[in-house]
Amino acid sequence: MIEGAKWKRWVFFYIPLAVFIFSLLFPFYWMIITTVRPDAELYRPWNAPNYTPFWTTRPTWEHVDYLLSETLFSTWMLNTMLIALASTAISLFCGLLAGYALSRLKFPFAGSLGTGIFVTYLVPQTLLFIPLADIIRNFHLGDTPWALILTYPTFLIPFCTWLMMGYFKAIPKELEECARIDGASRFKAMIYIIFPIAVPGILSAGIFAFTLSWNEFIYALVFLSSPEQKTVPVGVTSELIRGDVFFWGPLMAGALLGSIPVAMVYSFFVEHYVAGLTGSVKG
Amino acid sequence: MAIAYASTPRRVGAPHRGPITSLLEDERWLAMALLLPTVVLLGLFIAYPFFEGVYLSITNTKVGVPGAFVGFANFDKIWNDGIFRVAVWNTVLYTFVTTVFKLALGLWLALLLNRHFKGKAFVRAFILLPFIIPTVLSTFAWKWMFDPTFSVINWVLFKLGVITGRINWLGDPELAMISVIIVNVWRGVPFYAISLLAGLQTISPELHEAAAIDGAPPWKRFWYVTWPLLLPVTMVVVLFSVIQTFADFQLVYVLTGGGPANATHLFATYAYQIGVGTGLLSEGAAISLAMFPVLFLVVIIQLLYIRRVETH
Amino acid sequence: MAQVVIRNLNKKFDNEVHAVKDVNLEIRDKEFVVLVGPSGCGKTTTLRMVAGLESITSGNVLIGDKVVNDLPPMDRDIAMVFQNYALYPHMSVYQNMAFGLKMRKFERAEIEQRVHAAADILGIHELLQRKPRQLSGGQRQRVALGRAIVRHPQVFLFDEPLSNLDAKLRVQMRVELKKLHDRLGTTAIYVTHDQVEAMTLGDRVVVMKDGLVQQVGEPLELYNTPANRFVAGFIGSPAMNFAAVTVSDGGGALWAGNDGLRIKVPAPLSNRIGAYVGKPLTMGIRPEDLRIANGADPTDLSFGAVVEVVEKLGSEILLDVKVGGGSMVASVEPTTLTKVRDQVRLAINPDRLHFFDNASEAAI
Repeated sequence: MIEGAKWKRWVFFYIPLAVFIFSLLFPFYWMIITTVRPDAELYRPWNAPNYTPFWTTRPTWEHVDYLLSETLFSTWMLNTMLIALASTAISLFCGLLAGYALSRLKFPFAGSLGTGIFVTYLVPQTLLFIPLADIIRNFHLGDTPWALILTYPTFLIPFCTWLMMGYFKAIPKELEECARIDGASRFKAMIYIIFPIAVPGILSAGIFAFTLSWNEFIYALVFLSSPEQKTVPVGVTSELIRGDVFFWGPLMAGALLGSIPVAMVYSFFVEHYVAGLTGSVKG
Repeated sequence: MAIAYASTPRRVGAPHRGPITSLLEDERWLAMALLLPTVVLLGLFIAYPFFEGVYLSITNTKVGVPGAFVGFANFDKIWNDGIFRVAVWNTVLYTFVTTVFKLALGLWLALLLNRHFKGKAFVRAFILLPFIIPTVLSTFAWKWMFDPTFSVINWVLFKLGVITGRINWLGDPELAMISVIIVNVWRGVPFYAISLLAGLQTISPELHEAAAIDGAPPWKRFWYVTWPLLLPVTMVVVLFSVIQTFADFQLVYVLTGGGPANATHLFATYAYQIGVGTGLLSEGAAISLAMFPVLFLVVIIQLLYIRRVETH
Repeated sequence: MAQVVIRNLNKKFDNEVHAVKDVNLEIRDKEFVVLVGPSGCGKTTTLRMVAGLESITSGNVLIGDKVVNDLPPMDRDIAMVFQNYALYPHMSVYQNMAFGLKMRKFERAEIEQRVHAAADILGIHELLQRKPRQLSGGQRQRVALGRAIVRHPQVFLFDEPLSNLDAKLRVQMRVELKKLHDRLGTTAIYVTHDQVEAMTLGDRVVVMKDGLVQQVGEPLELYNTPANRFVAGFIGSPAMNFAAVTVSDGGGALWAGNDGLRIKVPAPLSNRIGAYVGKPLTMGIRPEDLRIANGADPTDLSFGAVVEVVEKLGSEILLDVKVGGGSMVASVEPTTLTKVRDQVRLAINPDRLHFFDNASEAAI
């Protein structure tokens, strides 16, 4: 890079970057500080003289305790985990097979099927949630984890398929041709040669799909009704607000703890996540 | 002649093999088998609900009450519904304004991140947090920051002497819309930045060096080298984001619930309020489906664009 | 071991591009046959049809005595070496070599014995535990060969296996391949665009162009009696010189001449050339059949030329010369002292003259 004077570097680089980082991360700091702040400090008006918003001298676990003992938060965490894992597994399975077929095999209507899957990739959940709720009811899946395990793949499969197609296209086709000459059937060549090579792609797709399912809201909000079936985002929204009263301490504790699994998965696989993210829009 | 050819039992010809294995050797059958699970799931939970939605929208179904055919009565009704019109306007405004800001700020951040500095990987990882943390949960943090009585933003502005009284962020119709837009931009900028950064990294630095040697100042290098090469990625990112934003739900649902006084409804939140809140399934389905023409248009643009890029 | 028979083989892609046209070939047991031609000539497509990787539009492929048209590649008992080696990147060299045997459900002990035997032959024992990315180009090449030979297949197929190697290594591997074939005696079909590889490796060489077989024959047969102008120009390096000439009758002999030369057609060719009196045709003469003329050379078998470029290769000197309106290359003794713009006289070896019909391009 061509560099100019030192003050230029500050004005055009360090300061803007710092402002970006601060604004993007501040809400999370606010989440954390609220979680450990006692109620007495929490509900002190902002123009009160002893208002110290950015730190607390008396950190407390009372909100976390309340969340874990008085609410079904741990059940929601388990529900979300189960649903996210199951729908990710289903989506990876379908997406791997479909991605392989669409990128590697010649068959009638391959093009239109590929376009069809791409179009479903772009269908937002909010377009179909009302009729889908009707269908879920008719299938007697309402208020069960299955309502989400089976519907989340509708937005995860197209994504996984799309991402895997990109990975498969980059694998030289001679590898599976060689395997087929070596005595493997098409199916075995796919399983033993292509899939193992595509492991980084599978990991990316899986991690991205997992975070997407953890994040999903409207299906979970509409298809589930009993408190013990809910996922974290829905449970936090519906059970920690009574009428107009917001329990901010437990709410922020819930938001914080509910983010941790995603943040953990993300922190271990940042590179794969970013590959998934950029792959998802590359096409 | 060094290799002793041990008994070589195998010769040309198919050994004993099941009919399924043989069938799957044919590309067309294998493709069908591999696509079957996907087609079933997507057919059952995308295609079927779509037609069910169309059907609902032309009947007068309510929760628990099977409907009768009413033609376009639902569409007629929502067309004349003032709140629906506000929601349409809000959605367009929301999508347009947030997209402009997300693109501008995202590009800026991407350009900053494209330079070499210490701790770059670290910064990049942290910057994506707003995008990966479940939207509902981070939106609650914002709702708390916008709280009329306990807002930290108000405190800072007050201490800086910018304001003297409190700002009711989510209580005033116009401010509420601005607040919603701020949170959406906050959440979307990392996505734009990281996607565009990936695009920037595919541009060979030699092009920049060549342009610099040719005497182009930085802004010209950006305008004549970087921007045209980045355009394909930008295009796709923007179209994706437009669809997501246009159909957004969670953010508004948590921040304002469509209020105050139905001033911040989007298509999706209004459809939810009518279809699920009030139980008027048909009308709710009609409101959702009203998004379809715009989404369809964006998808078509996207498909045409991708095809054009591929044929080049 | 087996023979491979190709009968009236055709390939049309998407019913538009006719890539392989009515190819007929009989490859005998233990024979090493090379398919050679410029890119797009259909040689690789033919090989892929033998392998079963490409469907057959019409015609038959027989391996042994069995028609294999509808057999998937795994059932054809063949092995193939690809241009990019196609080593499985996630497997060690050992696993790469064992994969084919494992797929065919061989006993572990036999797999181990065969892999080690093949590794011994190729001298890659110390590489067995490495991954492909840790190998050099030459080593990868050996592993790809090893993977093919452990299977003891009926037929080896090679798809330009040496073209990714640098020039020196390519010559070395060429020799090793030849030795390997002598040792194993497995029928082999080898595709290349490099005529030197074709000539040095092949028991017989098949020259293809535009999907059609131009000529099949032993290397020297192709060199000495090319069937048409394409084969004549393709085989041999530097390439054969062609001159447009007109045939005339005079003084009891036939003459082929143009603005730069006038050559007496040797008696054995007269019969066939006779029909062309007064008509144009193409005369061909290889650079190595031209030499600097001395006083004893008759003028009706030599011609004057102007030297334009002198290429000193050490073992020979190539003279790019101008003859009338055309140009030619002559390969002359390395001791020749000629400079650019020199006037020289070149003598031809009359036994090695070739004539080609202008319309059909066939040899006369």
